[in-house]
This record gives sequence, structure tokens and C-alpha cells, in this order.
Amino acid sequence: MIPDLHGFGPALIAGTWMTIQLALASLALGLVLGLLGALAKTSPYAFFRWLGGTYSTIVRGVPELLWVLLIYFGTINLVRGLGELVGIQELALSPFAAGTIALGLCFGAYATEVFRGALLAIPKGHREAGLALGLGKRRIFLRLILPQMWRLALPGLGNLFMILMKDTALVSVIGLEEIMRRSQIAVTASKEPFTFFLVAAFIYLGLTVLAMIAMYFLEKRAGRGFVRSAA
Amino acid sequence: MTWEIFIRWLPSFLEGAWLTLQLVGLSVIAGLILALPLGIARSSRLLAVRALPYGYIFFFRGTPLLVQLFLVYYGLAQFEAVRESVLWPYLRDPYWCAVITMTMHTAAYIAEILRGAIQNVPAGEVEAARALGMSRSQALLHIILPRAARIGLPAYSNEVILMLKASALASTITLLELTGMARKIAARTYMHEEMFLTAGLIYLAIAFILMQGFKLLERWLRVDACQGR
Repeated sequence: MIPDLHGFGPALIAGTWMTIQLALASLALGLVLGLLGALAKTSPYAFFRWLGGTYSTIVRGVPELLWVLLIYFGTINLVRGLGELVGIQELALSPFAAGTIALGLCFGAYATEVFRGALLAIPKGHREAGLALGLGKRRIFLRLILPQMWRLALPGLGNLFMILMKDTALVSVIGLEEIMRRSQIAVTASKEPFTFFLVAAFIYLGLTVLAMIAMYFLEKRAGRGFVRSAA
Repeated sequence: MTWEIFIRWLPSFLEGAWLTLQLVGLSVIAGLILALPLGIARSSRLLAVRALPYGYIFFFRGTPLLVQLFLVYYGLAQFEAVRESVLWPYLRDPYWCAVITMTMHTAAYIAEILRGAIQNVPAGEVEAARALGMSRSQALLHIILPRAARIGLPAYSNEVILMLKASALASTITLLELTGMARKIAARTYMHEEMFLTAGLIYLAIAFILMQGFKLLERWLRVDACQGR
């Protein structure tokens, strides 16, 4: 049942590794953006609420592919200008950097909503208890609120990560050598498009299954101490 | 000066937006029709009936749409039998490939929405229908499906918006829909920022109009009134 890969196996494995790196880098950026977005959206200042709301609405309303293109092709002048300011000639975003920014931006917009939901689900009494104990605002957030948000936000974030992993395929459009790009190169050489794209599809399926297993254990760990009582 | 360029290219953008709307409209409607048997079979109690739709849904939800598009558009040509079949004029055309792939893709997601909706129809209502002497198929047609439609509508409207965004991928198989058109115009004018931003604004506008439309539909079907158990 194993198809003849015409010696492109190692290239596909390298592509898979690139996809994993891109997904994890975008995840890191997206988590930070999502957390900032959620904080902005629940801020007491109207300006920050507006900022957070605008970010999540606009980013979620525009296709991911368009973000990838916009950030790769649309920022050439901007990035070059920035480079000249700090004295680097011909500064440009690599496809990896552009892909990370674009996918992180999209992940962050959806994660904003997930984190906001988790933030609002934490009982007010916990914050008040922290205040009563004389903890500072930052400490309350880092030691009381954030650890509890993690458990509530995890299922939503897991779903978003599966979507993110499939969206990494879009970065092949700007030439990053991940699974899809490697498969396209293999197709050009071997003239067997169906074989290689099907192999690519099964690699993505494998990655999704791995992510699902990881989520199962993460959720189990995050939910320890919260075993449902027999109703 | 820049405004002149926009006015000059506006008809092309509208042409692209029209193609985007066609792709989304056809795929979400055909996807819903395809999803009905899938979703019903998926929520069956028999493992044998459940297994096949489960595999279909798992494959289409677990792989990127881009891979699926390439499999259909580039991949099928690998087989002699496909190239000689009567369907080849359609499978050679990027437009029909995009419609077919997007339909099969969205059907998997809609089937899951339907399964959730069918399983969330209150058991008492199904029992009441059976108690009134309705057959299984009558209960399905008159009670379960209309009820499930209202439960699943908000999720379905989300899926339509997601498909609007996913339709941008059709540009990778040479279709000049909104994103493809923006890429073409950007390459002509060297105005990448402006053209991609314009396309983004048009997507936002379409998404906004669709959302308002679904709000009206929800009010017409009185979805809110049905949510209370």
C-alpha cells in the first residue's frame, strides 16, 4: 500500500518539519495576541475595548490567504523603509516570518474570543479574594486569573490550533518549503499529482491526530481536581 | 491620482466579487443538500451506518482545503479513466473543480453541525411525535428536521462566513475571484498594499451583509423562541 515516492520521501519529511515549526511559531504569536486582545476587550478603558473589538472583527472577516499575501507582498516597502532606518540594506520578510505573522494574527483574533470567554467565566470573588489578601493587580492576574483561564480556554484553543495547522498550507503560496510546496515540487518532477497530494493529505491527517492526542492529555492534566461528581 | 486607478479597476473587483459569491453560494447550498444524508447517517445508532460518513467527515475536516483542491484539480488528471470519462470537460474546468471541492469540504462541516443539531432535539418532542402515531420517517421530516434546522442555523451561518473566506483558495487553481483578481491587479499596478486592502474591505462588506441576512432569517424562523427548552 506504500506508494512509490520517487525518492521524495526525505523532502516531504523536511516539509513536515517546516510545517510543524511554522504552526508552533504562529501558535506562540497568536496566543500572545489573543491574550492581549482579550485583556483589551475587557479593559475599563473604552479606547482599548474599541481596539480589541476592531482587531478581532477585521481580522476574522478577511480570508487567511489574503492576510498571507498582504503581509508578504504588501509590506515590502514598509519593511525596506524600516531596514534603512536601522541601517540594514534590502531588509525583507522571509516567507517564514510573513507566514508566522499572518497566521499568528488570524489565530490571535479567534483566540481573543476564547480567552475573553474564559476571563469572564472566572468568578468575581476570586479577584476580590486576591485584593483582600493584599495582592497587586499584576499578581492577581498572573497567579490567580491566568492559571484558571488556561483550563477553561484549552478546548477552544485546541480547535483553533487544528485550524491553524491546516492553514499553514496557505504559506506554500508565498514559497515556504512546507508540505504542500514540497509536494508540488515532487509533482512537477514525477507527474503524479494525485499520489503526492494524497500523501500530503495523509501527513496533515496524521498531524491532526497527533494534535488531538496531545489535546486529550493537556485537557486531562488541566482538568485534574475538577472531576465531575456523579450526578 | 490613486483614485483614478481604483475607479479604473473597480469593475474588475466587482467581477471578482461576483465570482466569489457564485462559488460560496453554490457550495453552501449543494453542501447542505449533500450534508443531509451524511448528517442523518452520522447520527445513526448503527455502527455500520455511522462508519462511512464518519470516515468522510474525518478526511475532509482533517486535511486543508488547499490539498483537496489540488487533489481534484491537478490530481484527477493522473488517471486515464478520468481523462476519458464524460465528466472530464467539467473536471478540467477550474470553476467546477472549485465548486465540487468546496461543496464536498463544506458538506463535512455542515454534516457535523446537523448531527449536533439532530442530537440536541429534545427527546421528549421525538417521543411525543411517535406517541401521536407518526412513523419514524414522518417524525424525522415534520418534527426532527425543522427543529434541528433552527438549532443548527447559527452554526450554519458561521460556516457560510468561513466558506466565504475559504473561497479565496480558488485563486490558487487560477480562478480570478476576489483574491485572484486582487493578485492580478496588484501584479499589473505594483500597488500590492492598496489592492489587497481593497479586496479585504470587499470581503468585510460581503461578510457583514451575509451576517445581517442571517439575522433576518433567524428572526423569521423565530430561532430565539425555539431555544428555550
